[in-house]
Amino acid sequence: MSEYTIKDRVAIIGVGETKYYKRGQAPVPEFRLACEAIIKAADDAGIDVRDIDGISGYADDRNEASRLATALGLKHLGFAGMVWGGGGGGGSGAVGNAAAAVAAGYSKYCVVFRALAQGQFGRFGQAPVTNYVSGSPAYTAPYGLYVPAQWVALRTRRFMHQYGINQEPLAAVALADYYHAQFNPRAVMYGRPLTREEYDKSRWIAEPFHLFDCCMENDGSAALIVTTADRARDAKQKPAYIMAAAQGSNYRHNATIENSADYASSNFKTLAPRLFEMAGITPKDVDCAQMYEHFSGAVMISLVEHGFCKPEEVMEFVTFENITAPKGKLPINTSGGNIAECYMHGLELVNEAVRQVRGDSTCQVPDCKISLVASGPMVSPVSDLIVHSI
Amino acid sequence: MADEKKYYLPEGLPTPRAQRTGLDNEFWAASKRHELMVQRCNSCKAFQWGPEFLCHECRSFDMGWHKVSGRGRLYSWVRCWNPVHPALKEACPYIVAVIELPDAGNVRMVGNLLGDPMQNPPFDVAVEAVFEDHPEATLVQWKLTP
Ligand SMILES: [Zn+2]
Repeated sequence: MSEYTIKDRVAIIGVGETKYYKRGQAPVPEFRLACEAIIKAADDAGIDVRDIDGISGYADDRNEASRLATALGLKHLGFAGMVWGGGGGGGSGAVGNAAAAVAAGYSKYCVVFRALAQGQFGRFGQAPVTNYVSGSPAYTAPYGLYVPAQWVALRTRRFMHQYGINQEPLAAVALADYYHAQFNPRAVMYGRPLTREEYDKSRWIAEPFHLFDCCMENDGSAALIVTTADRARDAKQKPAYIMAAAQGSNYRHNATIENSADYASSNFKTLAPRLFEMAGITPKDVDCAQMYEHFSGAVMISLVEHGFCKPEEVMEFVTFENITAPKGKLPINTSGGNIAECYMHGLELVNEAVRQVRGDSTCQVPDCKISLVASGPMVSPVSDLIVHSI
Repeated sequence: MADEKKYYLPEGLPTPRAQRTGLDNEFWAASKRHELMVQRCNSCKAFQWGPEFLCHECRSFDMGWHKVSGRGRLYSWVRCWNPVHPALKEACPYIVAVIELPDAGNVRMVGNLLGDPMQNPPFDVAVEAVFEDHPEATLVQWKLTP
């Protein structure tokens, strides 16, 4: 084993979240949600919240590390890190940064968090209204190309065209997310099952995405605690050891005005091999996966680029039966994910991966040892994480 | 019958303007003359889009502009149904297209595909640029080559 790896040196020992709300329904401000989630994660880990000495965020979170450290009364702040841009693409990357900080000794207990109250700030799915636009948006906004639903659809459609894929895999992902959410009392869509007929009848947002192919808009916060493997051994919870983490981007993926060198890509082609190399496993060894779904169609491309199936096999592989727990070949998004649990920018997917390997998911995959998280397809950077139980 | 629409999308969307840095002045000036320009490296002749201060192929800062034919192929398109901007409330659905330019190293441009918003054009068909003059800027739109 290479000396330069975090494999099994670091573990996630606690997870927590606030109640998840529909957009605009949170009764308290976003910063307070962040504090609540962090306190809950510390409680779950069985540590004093004041012993947290690292804060790792992503997506340019509005709730600054120094304010959090002050408000929570942290004795010392040894690490404060942020994954640049990329929205939900930084979720696993923030865990990777926390792991690096802990492995390097900057922090003993590093919290990873995301707080998001879209009801209190701007919505991701709506354009800002301005008179003039310059820079790369000058080449897209005047044509009504503004939001991720549209450009993810453009890339998804090109992929579908190249490999002869129809609506079925997209429907399978949306229905699987809703199915899993029916077992998860935390899920915003708990008690709100989705039928295929409702899916087909739902309005188009941007073809091929129906309303139910799109992530929700929510208020809430999620957090988790990362520490060294040595400290994790004495933890209250069964640790979820980090087998591998990776973050980054393909060659010129972020070239503007839809000029990614590899257009119909989820942007995991160069990341995923590094991830599996660090973990020392192959895709076949993964028991369940949490595949970020801002839009259902991106999931099949992420699955392909992680080696779970070939592009020509998408129609056979990405079926409701194959991707649902407990019996599917590769259950995905077992908490309901961004589409039906909560759009916590994918940090709810990391918490679910931890719960799966601890064995306390609401939709438990039998004997789940290894769970993978793929954060933020098509954006830049994207990131990956594999956790396992020992 | 209503008159033919003046513009593909209603007025009220933001007006494009060149960057303060001067990086893309040439593109917007050329569009007003109904010419389509793409950035090209003076050293290694590589095409580059969107514009940047240096060439990603050879790191030269000596970047120039190259006039292209305006003929391309329909690389991808999406029919948008959700009014993501107040000006689009009555304009849905509309089609956004990504166009590849084979005579410019296959760089891609974005525009609307003119014509029936309910059309289902095949991928990779030939398209050509159409210049849509607005008071302060000219947009580059695309139509299927007859
Ligand atoms: Zn060059």
